[in-house]
Amino acid sequence: MNEKNLISLQTLCTHYSIEISFVDALNKMGLIQIEIIEQNQFIHQDQISVLEKIIRLHNELNVNLEGIDVVLNLLEKERALRDELNSLKNKLRLYEND
Amino acid sequence: MAFIDYYKILGVSKTATEKTIKTAYRKLARKYHPDLNPDNKEAEIKFKEINEANEVLSDPENRKKYDKYGKDWKHGEEFEKAQYQRKQRSQHRSGQQGYSAHEYSDFFESMFGGRETSSRQGRYPKFKGQDYHAELHLGLKEVYKAHKQVLTVNNNNIRLTIPAGVENGQVIKIKGKGGQGLNGGPNGDLYIKFIIENHSQFKREGNNLYQNIDLDLYTSILGGEITVNTFNGKVKLKIKPETKNASKVKLKGKGFPIYKKEGKFGDLIITFHIKTPINLSEKEIELFKELQKIKAK
Repeated sequence: MNEKNLISLQTLCTHYSIEISFVDALNKMGLIQIEIIEQNQFIHQDQISVLEKIIRLHNELNVNLEGIDVVLNLLEKERALRDELNSLKNKLRLYEND
Repeated sequence: MAFIDYYKILGVSKTATEKTIKTAYRKLARKYHPDLNPDNKEAEIKFKEINEANEVLSDPENRKKYDKYGKDWKHGEEFEKAQYQRKQRSQHRSGQQGYSAHEYSDFFESMFGGRETSSRQGRYPKFKGQDYHAELHLGLKEVYKAHKQVLTVNNNNIRLTIPAGVENGQVIKIKGKGGQGLNGGPNGDLYIKFIIENHSQFKREGNNLYQNIDLDLYTSILGGEITVNTFNGKVKLKIKPETKNASKVKLKGKGFPIYKKEGKFGDLIITFHIKTPINLSEKEIELFKELQKIKAK
């Protein structure tokens, strides 16, 4: 993982107006990975979109962390199914054109 | 401008308590939230309607106004007066951060004017801007190689590098290029769906390409060498003697580029269709009869 793409947890929490303990809890649940370099906590930029989604689900829909875990897993499953459906549709088109 | 029944949108009665309205809003928001309904435009529209209804009905002052003039708001003398005053006020605030008007219906705008974020910001959550969805039609040849393209979405030019091997129906997300966020929330994203039109002689399935090739009877029986078209040029192909009809050969690495794996390609699968000779000369017929006799023995 490239250190250049790490964002300090402090900066993130200030930007999104969230408590560090909230991100800590996400880390403990395995929803977000925190990198520790020289006693400073960082988050990789690839995880920002997931973090934003979690914040929205938590703040806008009052979903608790366990619920967010379930939701993210189901969304991931749904995405995989949609990809599969898309791929199967493409395959079907191949045979329909014959 | 159509009248919008906010009570109906939230599925509550006109006598519903604040708590009932809040519960109904929460329930519907959980159902139609854009994060839970990716790529679902209907849900997005519904979510906006629910938010709009909640904005009005959760605020006692707005609710009162809506209840009073709701359907007949056009005839409300006082409403017109208040509208005028509000307009005057909003002109004074023109330098402040405004509300993205297109996020609300014309009906909402006419009733309550532009949203006064400066005084209410703390009471409303931040919302991510609207996600935009666009379709990009490309030919199969165009996605054989990575190329750059400039797209114009809502008057914004977006430079895009389209990686080789993009699939038909594949959607890519460009972060922050959607609608503006509300209450300081992040911008929405731009989703581009690729529609790949195939006018080539090849059929594509994933990273593999398929092609049917007609083979004359003699080459199929005796073997030989033919030249076949691949996506990036011609190649010579050895035909084994006694090649059967509908048999397949795989040309490794001559298929379509694998998405985001530079230098890696799928395979080209060729199916042979053996053509029976027609309009035979007498000599040919004679020779075929001879062959038939030999085979019978």
